[in-house]
Amino acid sequence: MTSARRIERVPIPGKVIISLSQHAGKPANPIVNPKDKVKTGQKIAEGDGLISLPVHSSVSGEVLDICPQPNTTGKDMLSVIIKTDGRDEWVEGLNSNREYFCFYDDEIRNIIRDAGVAGLGGAAFPTHVKLNPPALAEIDTVIINGCECEPYLTCDHRIMLEYSHGVIEGLRIIMRVTHADRGIIAIEDNKPDAIEVLFREVKREPNVELAVMKTRYPQGAEKQLINAVLGRIVPTGKLPLDVGVVVNNVGTAVAVKDAVIKNKPLIDRVLTVAGSGVKEPKNLLVRIGTQFRDIIDFCGGLSGEPKKIISGGPMMGIAQYTLDVPVVKGTSGILVFNEPGVLPVESGCIRCGRCVDACPMKLFPYAIYRNSRYKKWENIRNYNVFDCMECGACAYVCPARLNLVQAIKISKARLID
Amino acid sequence: MKENIPVVSVSPHIRISEDTSVIMRDVVISLVPAVIASCFFFGWRALVLVAISVGTCVLTEFLFQKGTKRTVTVNDFSAVVTGILFVFVIPPSSPAWMVVIGAVIAIILGKQVFGGLGYNPFNPALVSRAVLLASWPIHMTNWTRPFDGISCASPLGILKGGIPGELPEYLDMFLGNRAGCLGETSVIALLVGAAYLLYRRHITLHVPLSYIGTVCVISAVFNLNPLFNVMAGGLILGAFFMATDMVTSPITNKGKVVFGIGCGLLTMLIRYKGGFPEGVCYSILIMNILTPIIDKYTEHKPFGYVKEKGPSPESVGK
Repeated sequence: MTSARRIERVPIPGKVIISLSQHAGKPANPIVNPKDKVKTGQKIAEGDGLISLPVHSSVSGEVLDICPQPNTTGKDMLSVIIKTDGRDEWVEGLNSNREYFCFYDDEIRNIIRDAGVAGLGGAAFPTHVKLNPPALAEIDTVIINGCECEPYLTCDHRIMLEYSHGVIEGLRIIMRVTHADRGIIAIEDNKPDAIEVLFREVKREPNVELAVMKTRYPQGAEKQLINAVLGRIVPTGKLPLDVGVVVNNVGTAVAVKDAVIKNKPLIDRVLTVAGSGVKEPKNLLVRIGTQFRDIIDFCGGLSGEPKKIISGGPMMGIAQYTLDVPVVKGTSGILVFNEPGVLPVESGCIRCGRCVDACPMKLFPYAIYRNSRYKKWENIRNYNVFDCMECGACAYVCPARLNLVQAIKISKARLID
Repeated sequence: MKENIPVVSVSPHIRISEDTSVIMRDVVISLVPAVIASCFFFGWRALVLVAISVGTCVLTEFLFQKGTKRTVTVNDFSAVVTGILFVFVIPPSSPAWMVVIGAVIAIILGKQVFGGLGYNPFNPALVSRAVLLASWPIHMTNWTRPFDGISCASPLGILKGGIPGELPEYLDMFLGNRAGCLGETSVIALLVGAAYLLYRRHITLHVPLSYIGTVCVISAVFNLNPLFNVMAGGLILGAFFMATDMVTSPITNKGKVVFGIGCGLLTMLIRYKGGFPEGVCYSILIMNILTPIIDKYTEHKPFGYVKEKGPSPESVGK
């Protein structure tokens, strides 16, 4: 396990590939040209519209090209390729401390947006949008999500241990912006060391508490977490703010703190490298745009011929066909497995009902699967397929090895058409 | 260095190690105590019949799947389960040829014609029993005493009246020292197996408790002996091993309770108002038919579908 390994800094690579679509929403528009010199932290692309974010250079150097490049989503995405000069020169004024108490709420939100902060749990939803509830919604609680969502990933665990103060500061800023008077850090009981560290921090803070949860997948999912911590149910189709809650990942809290207090845009993130295919699994602080290949090299290289490379966790991560893809804001981990037999063989559904018991949204995965096999797309509408967040719990427990998530993805695509 | 392209597939990328064959293997393990008990009370003949039935089931499944050019799935242990359960619900005096025919019927008519494991609407072992009971009623009701194998009446047959005989003691029924189907007599052996299935979480108590509970309640209400009704026939075997069959019983816990109550009602109806002394087999088969409709009406609401508090805007104006 990598939970005992301190976060190490990956050296700045010779070349970074910075995707312009690292967040949920519209891709950013580039504002640099090939051959331009850029500095670390310099804005190289502007957000496009309400739900979008700017993108910053994570290194100093020269823009080589702006063209589509392989991306962790599996599709080629417009990216800025930067050759680094090795000096890591920052844009002046960035990465220095400042006070934020004198700022207006809107100013803080703009700072968070201009720093390109997105949710670092995986979905990469623009954070300033989350912190900007419509006037009617009254936010009373901010939850910082420290329930490491997936097996193998330990980056959130290390962040809570090593950047515990930053997590608290980030939480304070988020509470200030949303006018929430209660802050909760939710953590699962399999991280006793982090609980101890955070407990000491929280004791000094008024209005901030620690919620220790029983470890259970997928508790890190927003709606499940709100239910587990506060007992509130987010109605389908609604958002956490409809029940007065804002949820942010621990890494996001630190990124918010860095943006507001240190004036530092989101140009790096913590991630976990693990799996049987990596020589030395580690937790790493990586500049955005670093290619998986460079990171694996830093971890001692591959231990064999990789059979599966995953960006993210084993339950919801995306399988990669190449190590050339770069780290984006939402990359929480890189997993490499050497074991064969990664493609399970399906047998018949024996109606054991385990998928139904496992589903955190209380759906009927087996019924969706059956209807999709017979192409009865209209029937699937009755099974609330759009409430599925594709956590993979159903397919994980399925003794018939059915590709339930695949069937659900296909059903969603068919019903949207 | 040239790399082979790694596998790209949809998440999740890890699966639980327990697959269908593990579940089926556990069911086989859970039936072992009852096989041993049967061998003890009815002699080696019982063990031979179990072997014939299991062998025929596995072979039939293999040949059928080969013949119809389907994937051969005999290594998932489900044919073994069918083989044991089928031989459990016929008399220990059954001739070998009937066991072979019954096993073939269970696999082909009970399972494979519908598409194999998971697609069968009825419990295959019970389908076969029903067919045999209609085809060779004499052989299927030829009960023998444990140990000496002398012909006698079944406890439920005695209770139904018409057939002279002495009702067994409670302790004998609990241990399995009574006439009856090959695998149904030993309550204690069946309960040990059921405990293993519960421990391994392959079954829940919803069906067995609601089934047996219903039988007890009806017995008590109509002044029939509840303990006798629970132990004298195939109820324990049916409630823990047949009615809990995942494929042919409802998915949700609510549905399972409805299913169990239905089985209990039908069992008592057949035992006391029907033509047969025993009703477990038919009651489960009938409830198997109703499983899809029970499933339909016992689906729970997904997470987040909460009732709005107060009157809804539409209803206010009315």
